[in-house]
This record gives sequence, structure tokens and C-alpha cells, in this order.
Amino acid sequence: MAQYKENEFDVIVIGGGITGAGTARDCSLRGLRTLLIERNDIADGATGRNHGLLHSGARYAVTDQESATECIQENMILKRVANHCVDDTSGFFITLPEDDLAYQAKFVEACTKAGIKAEVIDPKEAVRLEPSVNPDIIGAVRVPDGSVDPFRLCSSNVVDAKLHGAKVLVYTEVTGFIFEGTNIVGVKVHDKKSGEDAEYRAPITVNAGGIWGHHIAELAGAQIGMFPAKGALLIFAHRVNGIVLNRCRKPANADILVPGDTVCVIGTTSTKVPFEECDNMRVTPDEVQLLISEGEKLAPCLGETRILRAYAGVRPLVSADNDPSGRSISRGIVLFDHEKRDGIGGFITITGGKLMTYRLMAEMATDLVCEKLHSASKCETRTTPLPGSGHGDVREVSKKIWANPTTAQKATAGRVGSLASGIKLKSIEEQSLVCECEEVPESEVDNAIKNLDVHNLVDLRRRTRVGMGTCQGELCACRAAGLLGKAQGCAERARKDLVNFMNERWKGIFPIAWGESLREAEFTEWVYSECLGLSEQE
Amino acid sequence: MKTENIDNFEQCIKCTICTVYCPVVPVNPAYPGPKQAGPDGERLRIKNNYFFDEALKYCLNCKRCDVACPSGVRISDMIQEARINFSKKKPKLRDMMLASTDFMGTMATPFAPVVNAVLPLKPVKAVLDGVMGIDHRRQFPKYTGTKFETWFKKEAADRQAGFKRHIAYFHGCYVNYNYPQLGKDFVKVMNALGYGVNLIDKEKCCGVAMIVNGMADSAKKNARHNVNALSKAIPGNEKILTSSSTCVLTMRDEYPELLKVDNSAVRDSLALGTKFIFSLIDSGKVKLAFKKDYKARIAYHTPCHLEKLGWGVFSTSVLKMIPGVEFTLLDSNCCGISGTYGFKKENYDASQAIGAPLFEQISRINPDFVACDCETCKWQIEMSTGYTVKNPISILAEALDLEETAKLNNQ
Repeated sequence: MAQYKENEFDVIVIGGGITGAGTARDCSLRGLRTLLIERNDIADGATGRNHGLLHSGARYAVTDQESATECIQENMILKRVANHCVDDTSGFFITLPEDDLAYQAKFVEACTKAGIKAEVIDPKEAVRLEPSVNPDIIGAVRVPDGSVDPFRLCSSNVVDAKLHGAKVLVYTEVTGFIFEGTNIVGVKVHDKKSGEDAEYRAPITVNAGGIWGHHIAELAGAQIGMFPAKGALLIFAHRVNGIVLNRCRKPANADILVPGDTVCVIGTTSTKVPFEECDNMRVTPDEVQLLISEGEKLAPCLGETRILRAYAGVRPLVSADNDPSGRSISRGIVLFDHEKRDGIGGFITITGGKLMTYRLMAEMATDLVCEKLHSASKCETRTTPLPGSGHGDVREVSKKIWANPTTAQKATAGRVGSLASGIKLKSIEEQSLVCECEEVPESEVDNAIKNLDVHNLVDLRRRTRVGMGTCQGELCACRAAGLLGKAQGCAERARKDLVNFMNERWKGIFPIAWGESLREAEFTEWVYSECLGLSEQE
Repeated sequence: MKTENIDNFEQCIKCTICTVYCPVVPVNPAYPGPKQAGPDGERLRIKNNYFFDEALKYCLNCKRCDVACPSGVRISDMIQEARINFSKKKPKLRDMMLASTDFMGTMATPFAPVVNAVLPLKPVKAVLDGVMGIDHRRQFPKYTGTKFETWFKKEAADRQAGFKRHIAYFHGCYVNYNYPQLGKDFVKVMNALGYGVNLIDKEKCCGVAMIVNGMADSAKKNARHNVNALSKAIPGNEKILTSSSTCVLTMRDEYPELLKVDNSAVRDSLALGTKFIFSLIDSGKVKLAFKKDYKARIAYHTPCHLEKLGWGVFSTSVLKMIPGVEFTLLDSNCCGISGTYGFKKENYDASQAIGAPLFEQISRINPDFVACDCETCKWQIEMSTGYTVKNPISILAEALDLEETAKLNNQ
């Protein structure tokens, strides 16, 4: 093998969302020297701003058989290779009195055709199995839906890519491409942390920038008409339901309630937004109202359940026509070989699709990369478990590591799977909690800071759930800032980071700031401004 | 603040005041504290009951967290409920013996002199400690040879019909099996105030010891039995009174909130004796005549369960009315025994450490005796300080000129 220079690779992947992370992993598993570049943190875009629904494909069965089939296949693969990220809850498609029960038969037929097990159950039995569901339902179908933690999934892909030799650059923005003739042979980047510019070279560059891939393609001189469709969601403070709840009708607004980790999430809406707004999504009062009123139809208790946050993501859809809502556009995968399409060599774009099909998208993109590099190596991601996966559920994982696991140990094992054995969690100090709501112990935080590309508190939250619980940073943020400040050796930076983090938390609380959440936010404000001395201007 | 909201834990804003007030946290690092064990743990347990923490057994169920919480979260119920629903640890023989107050009392009273003589013996204590896990340093309350119920039927029942007004008395296990004198004092005082005393037809243990020892089903059985028995006592009796703060808390609040046994038919009729007496005095319905020469320096300890009820003020007010009493209210502090908790070997050290500040304050004040409405606090304080502990009802019985008072109230 030829000697590589420091800045030379076989393939450069742009975008540290789930698609880019998955592609970087697939490439590195196939022995390619891989560079992953992300302008912010991994899982910062749409990857971290969705339901976290492990689709069975049932949702698309009637309208889009191809997507449905892809979903159920990936669903079964992820349950095997990423079981520490997946909660196999199963899901219901419920029919309300206002819905057409005739749709149910059509739905079941379409599911069966796509290979999705869809079992009609008695509405009374459905209420018994899922007591939170609207008791007025007139129909229920059980499907193999579940929930998946997108942060964990994305991070696991990055970890595995690195284990196989990939280099990962976060907070590094692509500013341009290096051309040789009509071929792209590298990228120019700006390191946002150091402020320095650099160049990296590779015969192939993969654009996996999600909605931001539109701009990346433009930099390369290609036009891909992307369609930014905003989807707003609400997080409730605890799991209201144990089983995913969907409406058994054509996909519409706010008709999925997903239990994920300690919370549950209702969504989504769908509105076209201009590209300029993609970096700063805000949830409107109308969206909040819609999510609550539609959510109550799925589970009536949502109307009285405390809401933690509101957030929104942008679907990276590739527009096909002038549909104003974006609903009828296929969620299908789009793979562009820009050499064939636009005459730009060494450049491909992988986009469209969804969280559920990220692995398949990565496989398709990597297949094309290998074809161009004349590599014969085959995809292994269908069967090779991600780090942390493949050793049973949290009970079995914990039992293997500790004789009598404590709650903190169990909680860590629940997040990192079998990798928990590599985290020191014996002494009281190691187990002392940074985040009390989510039970995140100090050594798990230290591990994330050391090994998981954590540069600030928001990154840390995505890796560990610190600050994601009911207190939204009230008790944990200052402790985490202390640990991060110690690791980075700069108290001033930690202080600024803490302010940013608390403001970021408030941004999500603001649209739903009433009741207990407002009371808690005010208490938090008092703790940080009056007790810890962070001034109001900050 | 009371709320029926099932998601009551969502009212928690993580201020952590409950954990600051928890008596166990400073002495036992294995206990996660009420915030963690209650509202925080609840979210994890809803996600997956695998996250249930067996360390919740270290909770005293003193309910000081509930009193401290500014958001009205029912923390202690949440903890006890989680133990009932998820604990895999089955009650040991020891726990069942400690919890089955009726059974043990019924078995022990006929042989009281033998049992009382044998229990303090070193070899017996060694066996209890080694085999059963009951700490050898713990002193056992003595059993009585004649149950209170037996005494009442023989000596007091007949004259009760002669009174115009009546109350029903739930005497509890302690009065029946260990210390009938308190029940006798209760009857004396109520009679002097012009009230005849009726016993509940076949009362059973309120069940508190069963709740904390993981025997929820037995506790529910007792609860349903007692609610039924108490409701039969309502006609003809103005109130149903106890002389134990824990019995009344259990029957009034734990039945519906923790055991989910509907007690709405009897809940408002239940009160602690001193609360009822205070209301009688306060509304001028009764008059008291005290002994001229009564003198006592009394230090009053408020039991945690009485703090939870918010009724400590009635006992202290009644005691303060007694001429010749020099009264000190002891600082709010759990004594550490919390029913059967302090009997267990694994809890003994924590139990004594929790009570230490209280014991020190009592020695510093050096009263003639300590006053308290709870029998298990009495055992703990007497064992740990050497001072005698008297129930306010017994103190009233001593301080009142009973004949004179009876004349004032029975015209």
C-alpha cells in the first residue's frame, strides 16, 4: 500500500449526521482511509431533531411501498446491530371514531405486502396493553415499531469509524473544493475552533450534508433542488406510553407519539421554510397548539402532562414538484453520481431518505465510492454490530459486568450498552451523579469528554443525556461545566459555555413555558444568576 | 397541599429541599435520598422497572420529605409504592415477625413474664441478632400480661353507657399488648371530660409495620377490615380517636393514598386524642381542673408522622395549658427508630446516628421527662437517653384533678 500523507485520504465524507457517520463507518469498515468532516457537532442537524422512531415501515405502507420495504428491512437489521440504541416497544396504529375504519383493511394489506407484520387487535385489548391510549378507539393494529436514540446511534457509528482508522473533524466547515480539471480531488476547510484553514485530499468526496448538502453541492457547482420541510415536535417530561402510537390514516400532522428513553415525543408538523431559517428553527405557538390538540387524540392525558421542550428539524427532502406541504414527496433515498449527472468527477451526493434507512443509504453511497475506487470489498454493516451492541438488553449487559448493579451502573449500561465495561464505575466518586434526572455518573461524563469528540456542553448532552431530563440543566449543567473546564483547562471558556448551554436549554423551553416547566425555569434562572453569579446580560 | 394528580412527581422542580431534610441521607451513603428515590427514580422506573433501586428500603417512611416539599409532591408515597410494586426482596421471617404485631402480641401476652424475662438475656439477644438480624443492642418493649381489651371489658366497659356523649377509641397494638396503662389513662381522661369510651368492634393493627416490611397485601387486608369496623363505630360516637400519631396517620392518609383503600366514609371522623381534646377546650365545651401541686419540666418531641399531619400543635397546646409545667419544644428531628426500622441489624447504627442530635438536646435540657405521641419514638428515646417518655394523654391523666374535672363536665 502506498504511503499516505497526513492530509490524504481515500474518501472524504462531508456531514456528521447519521448518513455521513454511517457512510464514514461503512467506508472505514471496507478498509478505505476515511475523513469525516462536520461543521458543528455530530448529530446536530435533522439527525438529532426527529421523533427517534424506529419505523416498521407501516406508516409508508399505503402511500410508498418502496420506503415501507426499506424500513422493515432496516428495522430488523438495527434491532440486531444497534440494540443498545433501540427500544423494541412495538407500535399501534389506532383508528379514532373520526377516522375511516375502512382504511384499516387497506393498511393491513399494504403492510403485509411490504413484509411488515400487522396484527389487528381488539380495541379493548389495545387499551389494556397501552393504558394511555384514547379509550374511544374503534380499531387497533399492532406493528413492529420501536424507538431509536439517534444521538447514540450516530455516535456509535462515529466511534466505530474511528476504531477502523477514520479521522473525524468536528467544528470544521467546508469552504470550497480543490479541482483538478473537472474532478474534485479534495476540500478546503475552516477549523472553527482554531480559526485555521486547511486542505484535505481524496479521489472521492461524499456529500452527506442533509439539507445543508444543497449548499455543499452548490460549492461544487452542482444544483440539487432540495426542499426544506420543517417538522416541529414536543417532548413530554416522562413516558406516557410504552408502545408507539400512530393514527391509522394517511400520514398527517402530529399523529405519532413515541416513547424514547425517559420521555415521549409527539410530532410532527410539516411546513416549507426558506434555507436561511434552517440554522435557527423556532417553534411557533400555532405549532405547539396543534401538537397538543392532535396529541390528546392519541393519548388524552397529554393535555395534562408536563411538556419539557419544543424543537424542530428540517427534513432533507429532494423536491420533485411544487407540493406546498412536502408531505407527498417520497421519503426515498437519492444518490447522485455528479460525474454522470453534472460532469463533476470524484463527487457524489447521498440524500433524501430518513434516519431509519441511514445504513442502507451509507451502503449505497459506499458501494458507489468503491466502484469508483475499483475496490471489491463488500458491505459488512448488515451484520457487524456497532460498538456497544449485540450482547442482550440492559439487564443482561449489566449482569455481565456487575454482580449487583447500582441504578447509576444500570443507567450507564442502558446508554452505552456493553461498552459500559470500559467505564470505571466502582467507587462512590466514580458513580456520583452529574445529571440526577437521567442518572449520568461522573465517569460516564469523563469518558465522553475524553473519547467522544466533546467540545462543549451541548455536545456532551448529545453523548450522555446530561441536561435532557426534567431539570433541563438546573442541577447538572454547572457540574458538567466544572468537569469540562477541568479537562480543557480553562475556567473562562467553561463559564461562557455554561451560559450558552443554559440559553440553548431556554430556547427549547420558551415555546412551552407555562406551569411546572416555567416554575422550574424561573428557579433555574434564580440559581444561576443569584447563586452562581451568571449575570442577566449573558 | 394535596392533589389527586397521578403524575404528581412532575410537580418536582428539583429544588432538593426534601433531600436536605431527609434524616437518612447524612448517615447512610447507600440511600439515594428522597428526590432521587422519589420523583427522579419514578421517571426511570416508568421507562423500565429494572431501574428500581433496592436501596429504597433504607427509607424510614418518616415523611419529613413530604412536609419539606414546597411543590406538594407525595415523595414518601412514591417511594413506598415503588417498593411495594417492584422490590424483589421478599420479607424475611424477621420482617414478618416485626410486622405482625397482632400475631406476636397475641402469642406473647399469655407468657408475658417469661417473654419479658427471656428477651433481654444475652444468649437470646445473640440468637436474635445472629439468626434473625435483630440488633442485639436494641431493647424490646415489654409485653403485658393482661391485654388492654381484657382490662376494658372487665373494669371499664359497663360504666361507659352512663355518659351522654361518646367517642370510639382505636387503641392500637401497643396499648393492647405492651402498655395498657396508656389506654387506661385515655379512658380516665375522656370519662372526666364527660365522654364515654367505646372500643372498635374487633380492630386490627393499622398495618403500618406491614407496609414498610413489604407486606402490602396483608396491610390492605387490615385496612379494608378496619375501614369496615370503623364505619360501624361512627353512629353514636362523635369521633374515632387514637392515642398514637402513627395509627391515625396510617388509617387517615396511607389507606387511600398508598394502599388505595377507600376510607372516605371514616376519614373525617379520625383524629388524635389531643386534637379532639384541644377542640373541646378551645370551643368551651369542656372545663379542666388541674391538681394544685402538679409540677413538671417537660420536653416535647414531635413524632415525624405528627409533623406530617400538622397536628403537633394540638398536643403541645394541651400540655402548655397545664399549670406548673415548664415546657420545652425539642427541635424538629427524627428519633431514628421509625417503627420497626431501628430494630433491624443493618439499620441500627444509622438509626442511632439519626437520633443523636435529639438525644443530645434532651440530655442538655435535662427535663423531668419527655413527652411524645408515638410509642416507637418512646422506645427509642427511653433506650437511648434513659429519660422516661410519656404520652400527653398520660400526662393529662396525672395532672388533672380527675374527680373535680368530672364534676365540671358531667352535670
